[in-house]
Amino acid sequence: MQTTLPRVRTRNWSLAWVGVVPFFAFAFFFLILPAGTLLIGSVQDKQGNFTLDNFRNMFQGISLNVLAVPSEANLFGLTIPLPFTVDFELNSIISAYILSIQLSVSTALIGGVLGFLLAYAVVLGGLPRFARSALLTFSGVASYFSGVPLAFAFIATLGRLGFVTTLIRNYVGFDLYQTGFSVLSLTGLILTYTYFQFPLMVLIITPALDGLKREWREAAENLGASDAQYWRHVAFPILLPSLLGTMILLFSNAFGAVATPYALTGGNFQLATILIFRQIRGEVLQDPGLGYAVALGMVFVMALSLTLYYWLQRRSERWLKR
Amino acid sequence: MKKIPLVSWIILLIGFLYFFVPLIGTLDFSLRLVKDQITLQAYINVLTTPRFQNTFTYSFTMALLTIVTTILLVAPTAYWVHLKLPWLRPFIEFITLLTFVVPAIVLVFGLIRVYARPPLSILESDLGANFLLVMAYTALALATMYRSVDVGLRAIDVRTLTEAAQSLGAGWGTILLQVIFPNLRVALLSGAFVTFAMVIGEFTIATFLARPAFGPYMANVGQTRPYESTALTIISLSLTWACIGAIQLLGRGARGQIAGTGQ
Repeated sequence: MQTTLPRVRTRNWSLAWVGVVPFFAFAFFFLILPAGTLLIGSVQDKQGNFTLDNFRNMFQGISLNVLAVPSEANLFGLTIPLPFTVDFELNSIISAYILSIQLSVSTALIGGVLGFLLAYAVVLGGLPRFARSALLTFSGVASYFSGVPLAFAFIATLGRLGFVTTLIRNYVGFDLYQTGFSVLSLTGLILTYTYFQFPLMVLIITPALDGLKREWREAAENLGASDAQYWRHVAFPILLPSLLGTMILLFSNAFGAVATPYALTGGNFQLATILIFRQIRGEVLQDPGLGYAVALGMVFVMALSLTLYYWLQRRSERWLKR
Repeated sequence: MKKIPLVSWIILLIGFLYFFVPLIGTLDFSLRLVKDQITLQAYINVLTTPRFQNTFTYSFTMALLTIVTTILLVAPTAYWVHLKLPWLRPFIEFITLLTFVVPAIVLVFGLIRVYARPPLSILESDLGANFLLVMAYTALALATMYRSVDVGLRAIDVRTLTEAAQSLGAGWGTILLQVIFPNLRVALLSGAFVTFAMVIGEFTIATFLARPAFGPYMANVGQTRPYESTALTIISLSLTWACIGAIQLLGRGARGQIAGTGQ
């Protein structure tokens, strides 16, 4: 039993805030101050005067024209005819952002769909209990398996001399790299990112699937709904906000990644994060103000996606409150 | 409406192939340092390299320091907010959100800008840079730890426990260390393991603070020695496995005991 200082309970509410000073001091010095400094730097020119030129410069040299000439677009290997031609020119910054967004959206979609299907399979797909716990354990590990080691794993697997590449070459007699595939390409990055994206989806969406109440299904069946109708009119609308919300989380997860693409491609792949990486090293842009603007652009995209996430989260809680 | 869950099995198989093929590929690669032979030489090379030992020890130490800092920062704050300042909750949540909104690369960019020049030029000394690294990692771990502790606090009756302790004459230190922390043991430990898994191989921040850490070392090895780098991958993955495994064990053990205090 502990009998330290018999303490008089003072009802001094006015001093209660002292207890949270360390936390807010930490937040100020190691989050708000650094971010704020970038913000200030981004609206200053080299002499320290206020300017919005840095943000303007991000979009410098961009042109976009839509012409009434038919053309074709390539989407995930599918050729789609378009009734117009988009004629555009980009600068390196905006292309980096577009590439980052492209990569993040694709991996969020692929990871999201695969993760959802897996979660569905173990929660509602009639699989035995151990399949579920095994999946959740592996997902727990794989969602943290990112960065440098993940890049190595994919080079060892899908690189020119990788395990799968060699296996296919020796047993199917087909060289992946003859088709133009490379683990260092956008496709390679998508495959690599998906490794930590779909487990994250599994981890987040499994509780949401658990939250679908049996009564809802029974009610729907009593009213004569088919399986498809139940999913279309009941389960899917309830799950939609969590599905979208989680995919947004996957998006920002991929958008902020640096170590994985850096270790995979040695910094040659121009993503927004890699651009900032090289800017800090002093390799690109040669303009500090522009560098800050590029960094803030990332914060802006992240803030936008998380706002959307929270809004969707609130909507999903309406039904799936646990 | 019993169906044979064939489709489910196929989906599960695809998922598990995605998990395991890269792992098998990496393991296979890491054992082939010597041509036409299965050998552990790559592992021996790695483990006997002084730079591996140094960087690993360094990152391990930094991870422990981060865990301690994060717990000391988050747990008392979360407890205090629960008990006395519930109106502060949105502000705290905003801060934890901020750690998501500012990606590591942007955070380190800002940190360099603030702490590499006067008046706060602490990056110049090793000690200062190490301190900054721990702070940056704490920022990364903040949200996870806060979530974990917050959930833990919701599960116990903070007010009653506090008042019971106070009526027995306990001071705030005693209450935190002997009443609240033991009740949060599972939350704190799982937060700690997640933090460890995040921090041990961290690359971006360590690189820019020029720290002799494990992440930059791994990246460095990857540029010149492919076999050793896959051996490192297997080693670092085993650590992640150990951490997640520990969390799962904790979670299982936690179900039975909620109110038990002490050892």
